[in-house]
Amino acid sequence: MAFLEVKDLEVEFQVDKKPVIPLKGISFEMNEGEVLGIVGETGSGKSLTAHAIMGLSAMSGGKIRGSVKFAGQSLLDLSEKAMQSIRGSQIAFIPQNPMTSLDPVYRVGDQIMEGLLNHADLSKSKAKQQVLDIMEKLNIPKAEHVFQQYPHELSGGLKQRIVIAMGLCANPRLLIADEPTTALDVTVQAQIVRLFKEITVSKGIGLLLITHDLGVIAQICDKVAVMYAGNLVELARIESLFGSPRHPYTQALLNCIPSIGMKQGSLAAIYGNVPSATDCPDGCPFHPRCPHSFSTCESTMPTLIQIEGGAKVACHLYQENQE
Amino acid sequence: MWTYVVRRTLLLIPIFFIISVVVFALIHMVPGDPIDSLLGPGSTAADRVELTAAYGLDKSLPVQYVVWLKKFLTGDMGQSIIEKQPVLDMLVYNAPFTVRLGLASLFISFFVGIFLGIISSAAKNTFIDYISMIIALLGVTVPAFWLGLILMLIFSVTLGWFPVSGSGSLSALVLPAVTVGLGGAGLIARITRVSMLEMFNKDFVLLLYAKGLSKPAIIFRHIFRNALMPIITIFGLRLGWILGGAVTIEIVFSRPGVGSMLLSALYRRDYPVVQASLIALTMAVIIGAFIADIMYAYADPRVRDAYK
Repeated sequence: MAFLEVKDLEVEFQVDKKPVIPLKGISFEMNEGEVLGIVGETGSGKSLTAHAIMGLSAMSGGKIRGSVKFAGQSLLDLSEKAMQSIRGSQIAFIPQNPMTSLDPVYRVGDQIMEGLLNHADLSKSKAKQQVLDIMEKLNIPKAEHVFQQYPHELSGGLKQRIVIAMGLCANPRLLIADEPTTALDVTVQAQIVRLFKEITVSKGIGLLLITHDLGVIAQICDKVAVMYAGNLVELARIESLFGSPRHPYTQALLNCIPSIGMKQGSLAAIYGNVPSATDCPDGCPFHPRCPHSFSTCESTMPTLIQIEGGAKVACHLYQENQE
Repeated sequence: MWTYVVRRTLLLIPIFFIISVVVFALIHMVPGDPIDSLLGPGSTAADRVELTAAYGLDKSLPVQYVVWLKKFLTGDMGQSIIEKQPVLDMLVYNAPFTVRLGLASLFISFFVGIFLGIISSAAKNTFIDYISMIIALLGVTVPAFWLGLILMLIFSVTLGWFPVSGSGSLSALVLPAVTVGLGGAGLIARITRVSMLEMFNKDFVLLLYAKGLSKPAIIFRHIFRNALMPIITIFGLRLGWILGGAVTIEIVFSRPGVGSMLLSALYRRDYPVVQASLIALTMAVIIGAFIADIMYAYADPRVRDAYK
């Protein structure tokens, strides 16, 4: 049985009393210690997937449907209280924007400690020692000093590490990181990505990494899920995805990566925008932007199917071939 | 931090001078003078001149101001023209009543207001929220003198629980304090609710949920703590308002106090009394704002750093 099994995960919000479904039933599996990347443009439902797995979408009024099985438990059926004991301990979350994700009125050390004390029965001094250990492991210079500082006194890179320390302090089995590097300078980004890899590999922590940066995916992921407009369009191992991308959207995304020696002006862009959840086209949501679309694409939503080579793809091009 | 406190304290000195000049000029601009009230029927123009000279009111305004200021700085607030007693004694007699009523109503305002604000924000758009906000709206809109009379009718006249008026016992403080307190509570409840709701949408709250904290822990330890700033602002304003704000209530419940003392002095143009009590009231407002500033720094480390 898979370590994390997400099936038909769907989130519905009420906007002006009308239901809007920004996450439209996605399914994937993850093994223990595996690194799964989720890529997609802004608005594709990546963050929402993370929030839904942790039951956080309910906090903003979203209805979560489908099933999330984690280490044998069905998370969506658990009580809020039982979920609280899993959040931050077995499943940890690293938020999108470290600049605004810390409470401005408390010392950062206390904020890391708060999560730890919430889950583990520890004395304050022991908890503090553990926090300092993690901070040092994350290469935070002068950890003792930083512990006593307030968020506004820290640089973006340091805040990012504090948020990571928060995620790691309770020794989670699964870490969900939502664009952990977007707020950082490129130089720091590489450092943080390497850090992620080291920690998750050495501790055997499963990592669900959400990003729109294919470079980051290529560096550390085992598997990749490509999302588009609330749907999962391709799920493949990393070699297969970069080697032979199947879905036209994945192909287009890869074409958007510049490479050295490229002719000036030859960098591709994907024409148009991701449709919004309130105004999604019929059929395959990508068809208005797809160079290969044909009549079926405009009326029928393709399902995610297994194709040769182990990858899964949701596209009529491949469904046609199968029949 | 301390340099900030010292700097703010020194700033009170020029503020005092500006206020004293403005207050002085304003009272003398008002038509009429205290001599009118002193002169009995049948007095002559010569009596008027004599009395005017006796109180130094025949001198030019700047001269009068300097005379007054010199005395004030040595702690002599002058003599009430009407009551014939030192203004300082009058203030010392009246102020405790006002301060007692003020502090009691301040406590009720904040206790009730913050409670209503927190529960209505935590239960946004539910029955509890609507009920709390209706109570708050009533608190803001119902005039204090009317509420005072109604409370008096119910609890003093009908039930006989509290005295109708006066200021002798602690039980005489309850109705006026509740009357003034509920008005403030309405305002504070609404401010607290809005400020809390704004915090619920912040990024850091999502991370608090993701850390596995319970909703009460998030609300009290984090959201309320972050929502404090506007509440402190109101606290500062109300603190200053304690001394002078409850004039109507002092009159409705026939309590002594700085407010009613100022009012009767104003009617009779009792310059020294008006001057001294207005300065006391304005200084109270300024000190209230000053205390709020210190509290901001205490509540928010970012403010503290801005004054390093």
